[in-house]
Amino acid sequence: MSNYAIETKDLGRIYKIRGNKKESQIRKELIALQDVNLTVERGELFGLLGPNGAGKTTLIKILTTLLAPTSGWARVAEHDVIQAPNLVRPRINMVSGGESSGYGLLTVRENLWMFSQFYGMPSKEANQRIVELLTMVGLEDRIHTKSSDLSTGLRQKMNIVRGFLTNPEVLFLDEPTLGLDVGASRDVRKLIRGWLDADKNRTLLLTTHYMVEAEELCDRVAIINKGRVLACDTPANLKRDLQRDAIFEIETSPLNGLTDKMLAEQAEVKKAALTETDGGAKLELVLVDESALATVINILTQKNIKVMRFTKREPTLEDVFMERVGQRMEDVEKEEAPNESK
Amino acid sequence: MKANERLVYSASEKVTGWRLFIKTILARSYPRIIGQQREKSWIFFEIFMPMLAVSAYVYVYRAIGAPEEYVGFVVVGGAMTAFWMNVLWSMSSQLYWEKETGNLALYIMAPNSMMAVLLGMAMGGMVATTIRALAIIVLGTLMFQVQFTVTSFTQLFAVFFLAMTALYGMGMMSASLFLLLSREAWHLSNLAQEPVYLVSGFYFPIKSFNFWVAAAASFIPLTLGLDAMRQLIFPSGAALGFLNVNVEITVLVILCVVFLIGAKFLLDYMEKLAIREGRITENRR
Repeated sequence: MSNYAIETKDLGRIYKIRGNKKESQIRKELIALQDVNLTVERGELFGLLGPNGAGKTTLIKILTTLLAPTSGWARVAEHDVIQAPNLVRPRINMVSGGESSGYGLLTVRENLWMFSQFYGMPSKEANQRIVELLTMVGLEDRIHTKSSDLSTGLRQKMNIVRGFLTNPEVLFLDEPTLGLDVGASRDVRKLIRGWLDADKNRTLLLTTHYMVEAEELCDRVAIINKGRVLACDTPANLKRDLQRDAIFEIETSPLNGLTDKMLAEQAEVKKAALTETDGGAKLELVLVDESALATVINILTQKNIKVMRFTKREPTLEDVFMERVGQRMEDVEKEEAPNESK
Repeated sequence: MKANERLVYSASEKVTGWRLFIKTILARSYPRIIGQQREKSWIFFEIFMPMLAVSAYVYVYRAIGAPEEYVGFVVVGGAMTAFWMNVLWSMSSQLYWEKETGNLALYIMAPNSMMAVLLGMAMGGMVATTIRALAIIVLGTLMFQVQFTVTSFTQLFAVFFLAMTALYGMGMMSASLFLLLSREAWHLSNLAQEPVYLVSGFYFPIKSFNFWVAAAASFIPLTLGLDAMRQLIFPSGAALGFLNVNVEITVLVILCVVFLIGAKFLLDYMEKLAIREGRITENRR
């Protein structure tokens, strides 16, 4: 038995996008995934971290047999997702954030029971497990509520229970805490960790664009952007590369025309990100060492910018992302958003 | 830790093969058989509203002095419209709506057969609609004193069963077609609704049409189903029938086979295309 629950080799996916009627002959190409090589061991909680449109969902769809790759191959639970989807499907399950699956006229229990039947579960066992799982996510009092009467957060909890219910070897969670409040997200994260720890043969692949979630939950994380995997390691190892750098957050008065490019031109400044705030600005800097702070302060002084507060902090996955991509995830998403609406 | 102990599952005896196929059919029919009865508005929209159309035809026929059997034709036709509406809006367009809600991806990703999912939809729809159709027949019979004279219960059962199988088979086949047509599905359903009411002879014998028009309309299983039922439950039905009942039963058997095989073929094609082109969940592509 292979030790890998998931393997991909040179995996790629190109979408051909149809133009409008006038340009119906023209088909644009969108590279959603490119040369993705990943291995996820059994028992691992593996995170895919990246902004919206990075290719995370495309990768999950390929791994769950819903989408064919245009290059390379992928194996899940030791079976090729394209050659043997019928051997992969009984061993997996997937939950997506914000999904509205199921039927509003059915109760929570009935919806979950229905999906359990598609996996061939005995009804008695399914009903017993439904009660247990709903209790664990704090939804037991809604078991007989029609799912159309549930709030978005409660509905998402029901969806998450659906994923765990069939006891898959490999579970895919695509942005599972999207739209959930802090308390509900915490309940879901607790269930995820508990489920994985209860059986070492279970594997979970989670996509998220919440850094804290990836950092708190994942054994290993792959940072993905524009369809490419830029880094893959444990959160600790990824951050270790940045330990020798000095990371500062500086709150200032308005920027007076200062841009992040001006700061990044300095040899001692590895990365700089500026955000305008109410009546001021926030600078996030990755410097080669602490002494480089003097250079930054000089530039601020020349521009007549007052330093209100500064803090040095430990690197986070957000810093790792900024280091690898060159931008904060938030900024990448802002750039992508206008392109998507075109 | 207590939570973790509860998450340790002993090996589950999940069924596979034909038993999984049956489980899937029953599970997918559940929302229609049980769930759909929960919104009581169906009594108004699916019984009272069709009864208005039935009443209008009955009064027109009585006003022009048509034979009293025509009242019976209208009541039976009115009941059968419920099946056509169900096939059009809850079978043909259904995979498209399942895609929109995200259910379709879950159905395909599960180890079940998609054909079982479609059969479950069909079976659930058929059971739920039979309740509505029976209500229309009972109400119509009581309101308009319709007299039925069944000449052969066996043939009547065979005709109804075959017409329903062929009709829902057609619905299963068009479900994949409509999915491939994506948003146009809604318009297609609208487009097909009224013309089929006309050519299938819901409220009059299709013998009134030219032979070739009636023959072309016979591709819709309700046309021959209704025609055969009229012949079997009304004394003058045979005289107004389009074809002999046995011929109609044979054609219905052929339609059952063609539509069910067509449904399987198109479903496989749709699934392959959807996976290749990313159409299952990628609405923008």
